[in-house]
Amino acid sequence: MALLEIRNVTRRFGPLTAVDDVSLAVEAGEFFTLLGPSGCGKTTLLRMIAGFDLPDAGEILLEGADMADTPPEKRPIHTVFQSYALFPHMTVAQNIAFPLRMAGNAPEQISAKVRDALALVHLEAKGQQYPHELSGGQKQRVALARSLVSRPRVLLLDEPLGALDAKLREEMQIELIDMQREVGITFVFVTHSQNEALALSSRIAVMNAGRVEQLDEPSRLYGFPRNRFVADFIGKINLFNGEIVAVDGERVRLRVAGLGEIEARGAAGLRPGTPATLALRPEQVRLAAIGAALDLPNRHPGKVRDFLYIGDVTTYVIDLQNGQRMQALLPNSSPGRAKFFEVGDAVTAAWPAEAGVVLTE
Amino acid sequence: MFLVVFFLLPALIMVVASLRYPGEFGGLAPLVSTRPGEEAGLTLESYRVFFSDWVYFEIFAKSFGVAVLTTLVCLLMAYPVAALIARSPKRYRDMMVLLVVLPFASNFLVRVYAWMIMLGPFELLFSRFAVICGMVYVHLPFMILPLYTNLEKHDPALLDAAQDLGANAWQRFWRVTFPLSLPGVFSGSALVFIPVLGMFAIPEILGGKDDWIVGNMIKESFLGTRDWPFGSMLSLMLTLAVLAVAAAASWLAGRRMSRA
Repeated sequence: MALLEIRNVTRRFGPLTAVDDVSLAVEAGEFFTLLGPSGCGKTTLLRMIAGFDLPDAGEILLEGADMADTPPEKRPIHTVFQSYALFPHMTVAQNIAFPLRMAGNAPEQISAKVRDALALVHLEAKGQQYPHELSGGQKQRVALARSLVSRPRVLLLDEPLGALDAKLREEMQIELIDMQREVGITFVFVTHSQNEALALSSRIAVMNAGRVEQLDEPSRLYGFPRNRFVADFIGKINLFNGEIVAVDGERVRLRVAGLGEIEARGAAGLRPGTPATLALRPEQVRLAAIGAALDLPNRHPGKVRDFLYIGDVTTYVIDLQNGQRMQALLPNSSPGRAKFFEVGDAVTAAWPAEAGVVLTE
Repeated sequence: MFLVVFFLLPALIMVVASLRYPGEFGGLAPLVSTRPGEEAGLTLESYRVFFSDWVYFEIFAKSFGVAVLTTLVCLLMAYPVAALIARSPKRYRDMMVLLVVLPFASNFLVRVYAWMIMLGPFELLFSRFAVICGMVYVHLPFMILPLYTNLEKHDPALLDAAQDLGANAWQRFWRVTFPLSLPGVFSGSALVFIPVLGMFAIPEILGGKDDWIVGNMIKESFLGTRDWPFGSMLSLMLTLAVLAVAAAASWLAGRRMSRA
């Protein structure tokens, strides 16, 4: 039995369906992420799990028990709010002690648990300070400690890293993973940042317009997106519209106007004649000077239009013969190789048959 | 500069006036005698009278009692109203605030006389109860407005967080909303407490002879017995008493903070 189960949950606000018949199950100990653009319903779903909002249809079960009649204060589920929502009139230690006091713990027990929680988030020296005396990252840690101290069954995190700057965010990501492993509590994390989701999660539900588009492990989501939305939302990708001409198990041939036939892989059950999209990650594309020997089935001539030198990699923008643009990502793995090609160079873009994924949705 | 002109200077004039003799037909006697037998110069006579009779202390004590009671009743009645306005949709809030201050649009005395008409048939007129009613009615907006201004600024996420962490409605109020609203409670209380002490019209109109408070005594000294030095002395005593209360309150608040 899953720890947390969402069954056919729907929530409407007037004419808008914020969450549309969503079903998913979160296993104990998972780092589960709801990923999607703003307005996709992920925060509404989170609020329903916390109990601040109730589904119009469907049910939310915790360890098999329906939560509909359990108010937020009775649910063993805690939330880390986007704004942290630390109590400004209480010290850090009093903030962390709050859930323990509400649960009626004995004072000695409370101070011991608060000490442990402060140690967990490396803020041993800050117990007597007030929230306004802390930096953004420290507030974040206090909010985490406060939500974890009474050992909830599930911890909900609503874009908790959104207010931090990029470097701090990366540090906190690593700390979050460590912390989750240490306390063994199930995390349900909401974010619109695909990087964050890929880096942190054991599984991700990609949401769009109130629905779950795909629920998978990060590497599967990235490598085998199920539809155009997921392919486009997660990472960079080149998309070519075409039509399936031949199917042989997972090997699919696709005709793209101006480029001819392309070999790719697709899910079983595709039929020739259906319109489809080829999705191709930029890092799968090789570039070579015209005429260089390339042992790859898909080869297409083009011209370098632009390149973006990012440091670890360089992104090339290639104009293909059919007028379409595509991106190719080349690693700068040895020094001095920043530029393979100049703007205006004629090149061949090539990729193996298994690099492209055929999408019909 | 502002304080000097509007507070210190009048206070100094009051201090000097309280140390002089009353004039023959009201006002103040001259500092230098112009006619033989006339009392002139400075004297502690007013203070001697004040400290030699318990009745003045009793009136002060009663005045503070009325002020404390009025403040408490105002606080209890204003809190739900302020909270209601603060939690209403934004577009209704201004309208509700307008309704709170609307009574100011009509004359204060007329409104107090209206209470006579309301309380008269119930035989409640000319009593301490009537005085408190009038005081609370007149001063309620001064409690609602600062409380509302404070409550409106509260981050609703804090209440969500408290509930999420296991606090029921009662605990959410006492542990989050109320402590955070203390600045509003203090300023509202000051805005009610201090004017009530100096108020003379309401006890005069709605109260009986026993319901005189400091304000009535001061008014009577100036307009009735025409003893300006005595009236000045009373005002000075009232100012000192209010300052003492304010100092005690801020000391208590400071101790609370350092303990918290």
